[in-house]
Amino acid sequence: MKNENIIQVKDLTKKFGDFTAVDAITFNVKKGEIFGFLGANGAGKTTAMKMLIGISKPTSGEATVAGYDVYTHPEDIKKSIGYMSQKFALYDDLTIKENITFFGGIYGLSKNKIDEKRSELVEELGLKDVADELVSSLPLGWKQKLSFSVALLHDPKIIFLDEPTGGVDPITRRQFWEMIYKTAHEGTTVFVTTHYMDEAEYCNRVSIMVNGKIEALDSPKKLKEQYNAESMNEVFLKLARG
Amino acid sequence: MSISLKHISKSYGDLKAVDDISFEVKEGELFGLIGPDGAGKTTIFRILTTLLLADEGVATVAGYDVVEDYKKIRNHVGYMPGRFSLYQDLSVEENLRFFATVFGTTIEENYDLIKDIYIQIEPFKDRRAGKLSGGMKQKLALSCALIHKPEVLFLDEPTTGVDPVSRKEFWEMLKRLQQKGITILVSTPYMDEAALCDRIALIQDAKILEIDTPEDIVKHYPKKIYDVRSDDMYELILALNKYKHHYSVYPFGEFVHYTDKRDDFNPDELKDYLEKEGQKNIYIEPTKVTIEDAFMELAK
Repeated sequence: MKNENIIQVKDLTKKFGDFTAVDAITFNVKKGEIFGFLGANGAGKTTAMKMLIGISKPTSGEATVAGYDVYTHPEDIKKSIGYMSQKFALYDDLTIKENITFFGGIYGLSKNKIDEKRSELVEELGLKDVADELVSSLPLGWKQKLSFSVALLHDPKIIFLDEPTGGVDPITRRQFWEMIYKTAHEGTTVFVTTHYMDEAEYCNRVSIMVNGKIEALDSPKKLKEQYNAESMNEVFLKLARG
Repeated sequence: MSISLKHISKSYGDLKAVDDISFEVKEGELFGLIGPDGAGKTTIFRILTTLLLADEGVATVAGYDVVEDYKKIRNHVGYMPGRFSLYQDLSVEENLRFFATVFGTTIEENYDLIKDIYIQIEPFKDRRAGKLSGGMKQKLALSCALIHKPEVLFLDEPTTGVDPVSRKEFWEMLKRLQQKGITILVSTPYMDEAALCDRIALIQDAKILEIDTPEDIVKHYPKKIYDVRSDDMYELILALNKYKHHYSVYPFGEFVHYTDKRDDFNPDELKDYLEKEGQKNIYIEPTKVTIEDAFMELAK
């Protein structure tokens, strides 16, 4: 993890009429950091994230992501980030190779680059024998690993993961976290939003949003000490229940 | 026995969803089916609630056969499917009244049973179900599944996608329902919820790995687990996997869970090795076995 900040947020606010969904949040995320962004349903996580990925204009405050201002350069931000969620992953009716080609095209990679990435990826994930089969035939765990790799096709500076390992079997889940560690180790920042508290335990630092504000921000270890809790789940309950 | 399955199998084309599964749930028991997505949990629920016919095997619920007596079963069980089954365009109260009417009863008649739960959403009783938050929808769906006073309650992943606060409240509600004598079969992919059940079946790839109390499943774990941590998680995992005596290496939150092949394992030796591998600030301490550790060992 480097000391350079890849995400800088200061007093970022979003209002919908009278309702303040995100209330002056301030935080930084470092290059190569695994950062957990937590909060209860309706705490403002999704709204905050939409501002960070350049699809929603803040009401006030400042934010730069991968060096770009969210007000003036949202398109540059979109090119610098990857996104993966459990809900939206890959096209089931395309083969593994076709999915890679498709997403490579969406990210604007050249044909040569796509060819190169495709062979690399298929090799690395051990999917050579099934590369021409439909994604729908893959087990869930493999789909997830593939969709993670696809989100990294364009070498983004930051990858946003939305509840990446919920519902996955425990062993595949570990393999997935090993991939995440590797990605972070290579310098890509990993931004995880989740309300699975056991996913939070894997992050270098986590922030917890309550009613639009960041109420806690530290490493899981320090938060557990601070709140005298055995797990992040307990920390969360103490914070959210007040 | 409140629920009994004997050698139940079900395939969808070439895919075996449930493969020769047998287990029993006692009256008044809170029994958990614990396993990842695609393990076969929902298929089991659908067979037991008479919505799907098994290819092989027999099953009874509340003493009735799921094939012969399917109509009786439907009157005696409550079912909360994984996807919310509420009518989005009906209000909270209308949903509840609808389910009561279908079962030939009234909200008033069985209000006692749902009171604890319904009271939390009653202030929003005129709101459409589609406009409720996840936690509130879940409470309404549970109220609807209970309104005809079922003997057996089936809950398929009731806490998936729900935040920790609502999850905790939900489990507290289940415990109270159990005290009223209702048998509960609940499924979840969250391993930490397993500890809240009387007994659990760990399930993966259409098969049961083990059935026991959560305490005994953890007790049967064959190894001693160590928490290992250093300054560089990624390099640490690589180094541990390279260590010739390692038995298992799994990232586990801020630690790695490590087990060794040897019975006379000495943590200091591992520490020396990791230091030579360039690891800094090494921490190695014994730790408690969790259901998730047990699950991984059984699934190996």
